[in-house]
Amino acid sequence: MSRADAAVTGGTRAPSPLWQLSLFRSEVGSVFRRWRTVALLGVLAAVPVLVGIAVKIETRGGGTVGHEGGGGGPAFISQVTNNGLFLVFTSLAATLPFFLPMAIGVVAGDSIAGEASSGTLRYLLVAPAGRTRLLLAKYASTLVFCLAATLVVTVSALAVGALLFPLGEVTLISGTNVSFGEGLLRALAIAGVVALSLTGVAAVGLFVSTLTNSGIAAMATTVGLLITVQILDQFPQLHAVQPYLFPHYWLSFADLLREPVYWDQLLDNLRLQALYAAVFGSAAWARFTSRDVTA
Amino acid sequence: MARIEPTQVAEGPEGHRTPARRKAVRYAVPVAVAGLAAATIGLVPALAKSGDPDLPKISAEDLIAKVAKSDVQQMSGSVKVTTDLGLPSLPGGASLGALGAGHDGKKGGADVSPQAKLTELASGSHTLRVAVDGPDKQRVSIVEPAAEYSLIRNGDQVWAYDSGSNTVHHSTAPRGKADAGQHAGPEELKGASPQELAKKALAAVDDSTSVSVGGTAKVAGRDAYQLVVKPKAEESTVGSVRIAVDAKTGVPLKFTLSPKSGGKAAVDAAFTKVDFAKPGASTFDFTPPKGAKVTEDKGDGAQRDHKGALPATPGEMSGLDVVGKSWTSIAQFKAPAGASKDSKAKGGGLGKNAGGAGALLDTLGTKVSGPFGSGHVFSTRLVNVLMTDDGRVYAGAVTKEALIKAAK
Repeated sequence: MSRADAAVTGGTRAPSPLWQLSLFRSEVGSVFRRWRTVALLGVLAAVPVLVGIAVKIETRGGGTVGHEGGGGGPAFISQVTNNGLFLVFTSLAATLPFFLPMAIGVVAGDSIAGEASSGTLRYLLVAPAGRTRLLLAKYASTLVFCLAATLVVTVSALAVGALLFPLGEVTLISGTNVSFGEGLLRALAIAGVVALSLTGVAAVGLFVSTLTNSGIAAMATTVGLLITVQILDQFPQLHAVQPYLFPHYWLSFADLLREPVYWDQLLDNLRLQALYAAVFGSAAWARFTSRDVTA
Repeated sequence: MARIEPTQVAEGPEGHRTPARRKAVRYAVPVAVAGLAAATIGLVPALAKSGDPDLPKISAEDLIAKVAKSDVQQMSGSVKVTTDLGLPSLPGGASLGALGAGHDGKKGGADVSPQAKLTELASGSHTLRVAVDGPDKQRVSIVEPAAEYSLIRNGDQVWAYDSGSNTVHHSTAPRGKADAGQHAGPEELKGASPQELAKKALAAVDDSTSVSVGGTAKVAGRDAYQLVVKPKAEESTVGSVRIAVDAKTGVPLKFTLSPKSGGKAAVDAAFTKVDFAKPGASTFDFTPPKGAKVTEDKGDGAQRDHKGALPATPGEMSGLDVVGKSWTSIAQFKAPAGASKDSKAKGGGLGKNAGGAGALLDTLGTKVSGPFGSGHVFSTRLVNVLMTDDGRVYAGAVTKEALIKAAK
């Protein structure tokens, strides 16, 4: 850390909140201006379209989807033909294991290492914002991307569902009927929970990103880590450690569709994500504030 | 003093600490967060477990009377059921329990009848949510990943809904006879709730059983007495049954059946959350969702046979000979043709096949011989089964020796 830099962070003068906001705004802008980000969001938006069309074609003759074997394919897919809102849940269940976290891994892995590899990191550090604040802004903009990615899937699924399938009263998985309005509220809550489920992997990606000067390496490591952990989560022999793997409770968002809502695993999930965010966020902070930036 | 404060170190101007020292202090933060989390995960359950509640002393008789008198009509809660009967699992994921009920897994459409689901509970760990409002309104749901299996009884209507396959099973039950156990319905699944298990265990209490009060415990945040039921008979494989009884209402909150061989409990059913308020009326409403496949169930008489699925009650199986009583009862029946090594009856042509079957029996069970001739014993943690070579089968929650003695 340079002396000038340290003098600013150590100083008693707090920058005005507006200045912090502008750093955050410029980071969010630089994330969403990238063609890569737009392409990722486009792929995510295409998933519900594909699922919706596939279900529509398969059930054209009046058949039901996933009938053979009783429940193949992603969760909730058998209800999609009866209520388009279920396409939201199916799409989120289909994208949450890999598509969504992969996109987060790309954005989070790129956040610091990408700046370092393109040689712009040192210019960012020259600005009197301090490394801690820069890191916070980077993490916050990644979280904004988490929310945006989830909402893109949700909105696209809702649009496709409304176009291709009937909407109406929603039968929750407990067999209780609720109005479409409440169903929509629950869908929004689920989108929020899914976005929060991604905060852990975002923190891991941010930490990996502070370790290297190569953006590609950081992205590949984050996505590779994600796939490894997802595979480890499948081995029954590892059930003792599985509750501590970050994807373990991801599908618990479905518990919001029970009546009454089953909170246990939802809360476990949020606690686990907070823990990952705290551990890897502080590790990223420790690494980023104490390393020499040469690029 | 100020030099110890981590914020001072982290934010202070350079010069107080060498860069290496500062680095170490910074890296200590994530390590401390992880350590704190690990300590919390490790310590909180331990702290919650300690401190058994202080309750006035009660005799075993009074406690049993309390359970019998308990008249809780309205409650809801979550139950965690863990069963480890030591059933050998077969290749392809089918468990022996599923075969026993005559269902070949999920091939040819999902089976949503309550009986198929009950056998699913016979292994592994499951979370159930229950709600009861009087004798006419009950609901049991099995919480599955991203799906739920619900059994809802409202008056004489009994619905089973499987959200995973979007299928509904409908049957009718005679109104107002919830306690008679004469019909299919949530009772089938309630068989796994702590109350029903406790009822069955207490029904077996007679002079062959020792009953004592084994201290107190906290279950689902409520103070409870522990009732310990132990079979006196040497040959029983049941080590003990512990029932935690809610001190206020007399409702059994936890049921643990431990085999004599020790180790993990064979059956453990406990409330993790319980609420004695009236559940919302909409809890018991059900209309089949649009597009769901509905199967109607007409005859409910045939379903009584499945009551024996829990090993503690072999006496309830129909069409069987039962020798002995209560804990040491042994079910005795003739094996279905072809299941045994009954080669004499089938003639020499099948000798080769029978030899193959015999080899299979040899790998699954142990060969024994006694006054009855010879046969194979199949052991699980709780139930032993003796299959003699002439096609008789003896089964019970008793030791091998007792089975051999019973076979004669």
